[in-house]
Amino acid sequence: MKEKNLKYRLIKDKIFFISVVLMSFVVAVPLFFILYFIFKNGFSILSIDFLTKLPAPMGELGGGVLNGLIGTLLLIIMASIMAIPLGVSVGVYLSEFKHDKFAKYVRFCAEVLQGVPSIVLGIIAYLWLVLPMKSFTALAGSVALAIMMLPIIIRSTEETLKMVPDTLKEASLSLGVPYSRTIIKVILPCAFNGIMTSVLIGVSRIAGETAPLLFTAFGSPFLNFNILKPTESLPLMIYKYASSPFPQDIEFAWGVAAVLCIFVLALNLISKGVAKKWKVQF
Amino acid sequence: MESSVLKVENFFANYGEGDIVKDINVEFERNKVHAIMGPSGCGKTTFMRCINRMHELTPNSTVKGKIMLNNEDIYKMNPIDLRRKIGMVFQKANPFPTMSIYDNVISGYLLNGIKLSKNEKDQIVEESLKNAALWEEAKDILHRKGTFLSGGQQQRLCIARGLAMKPDILLLDEPTSALDPRATSKIEKLMVELRERVTIILVTHNIGQAARVSNYTAFIYLGELIEYGATDKLFTVPKDKRTEEYLTGKFG
Repeated sequence: MKEKNLKYRLIKDKIFFISVVLMSFVVAVPLFFILYFIFKNGFSILSIDFLTKLPAPMGELGGGVLNGLIGTLLLIIMASIMAIPLGVSVGVYLSEFKHDKFAKYVRFCAEVLQGVPSIVLGIIAYLWLVLPMKSFTALAGSVALAIMMLPIIIRSTEETLKMVPDTLKEASLSLGVPYSRTIIKVILPCAFNGIMTSVLIGVSRIAGETAPLLFTAFGSPFLNFNILKPTESLPLMIYKYASSPFPQDIEFAWGVAAVLCIFVLALNLISKGVAKKWKVQF
Repeated sequence: MESSVLKVENFFANYGEGDIVKDINVEFERNKVHAIMGPSGCGKTTFMRCINRMHELTPNSTVKGKIMLNNEDIYKMNPIDLRRKIGMVFQKANPFPTMSIYDNVISGYLLNGIKLSKNEKDQIVEESLKNAALWEEAKDILHRKGTFLSGGQQQRLCIARGLAMKPDILLLDEPTSALDPRATSKIEKLMVELRERVTIILVTHNIGQAARVSNYTAFIYLGELIEYGATDKLFTVPKDKRTEEYLTGKFG
């Protein structure tokens, strides 16, 4: 090869490498800016009181996010109770009977569901639950959130189960273990870390959702543990306080945003830890 | 043969298109090692999987003919019961990755929900690992994950797991094809020792292995049983020309 040609190729390689790194940097920068602004504006207001008190009336100083924090936890727990068993079952079905016509149809539905705008899911929950029950409820909010979580859990359960070698299923069946027990006791434990990770990612995804809650959980200034009553949540609080005319409310909104961010970041870190700790070596 | 444990009569098997196993008639004797050899794709593994009905996992599989285990038609038995009587060891060692060595050995009981006392468990684990020649290496690390062991040890763990169920027959599907020569020779030695306790049916494409460990050898070619007989006879004076050609390396 000619000297010049080789040099040209090396330069091309360098340019390629540098542009890839640069693009990655461009992607990472907005995240850091977002975090920076949230913490810069919201950190000063964070305190024990902020986490353990109910909010003061709009326009007044002080108060905390306890109702929103509890509400968000309540919504997440209920959405998980609905979405996890359903999502994992569907994921098992899709990976076990991948060539069924019905499985292809279900997989397509899960993909479409993932693309449905979250506010539409809110409307659906409104039609299904709020109108017949004649009240905004935490239940309706969690149903909307559960529908959002479902496709995430279904897809990643399916993907993780695909990674489990068929030979393990054969080993179990060849010991005379019935098929159902093989799935529950051999295959699912092997996929535990993937499923757990997907659940945590799903949770951190729905934790910040506002749109599906606007006309389902609706929000409430009170501490609420009843799933049949309107419930506050952190994103709803941000939405309300950020659109207030008073500067102290805007600051309050930044504080709520910081709490929510810390919560979601913690979940993401935990899910990384889970993935590492329960990694199964085949 | 009076002490036959498994009798195969006019047996055919296919996966939807064309018979892969054609008209096999053979009897396997109790507490002997039987090797099934033949070139790749001759249907020997398919035939073996039919013996504990693992072929049924493949869609569209059908069989014709009879396989009798202790004079009972296995295709009239519940496959779950059948597989507890006929254990299987696979090409690639597949211990359960979430279980300890200890639990792997008794996994047949654990997964089936059969309750055992601590004493019984200990006894089964020790006995099975001893029978699989793994006790000395594993006795101090029983709590470690099964996948912590080396490839050859893992394969012996799988043999121990099969033996723990006290099966009538142990099927070995090319158990050493993924192992190095040292691990292979350990497993071959083990097979010779095991024939006092259990009937072994070994699928292998390694002619030497069949000659070293088996009492009886079957040669399958293109789905047909070409020749079956005592290993020393089949290897020295094969009756069929194709067997002779295979043994001398003319094909396969």
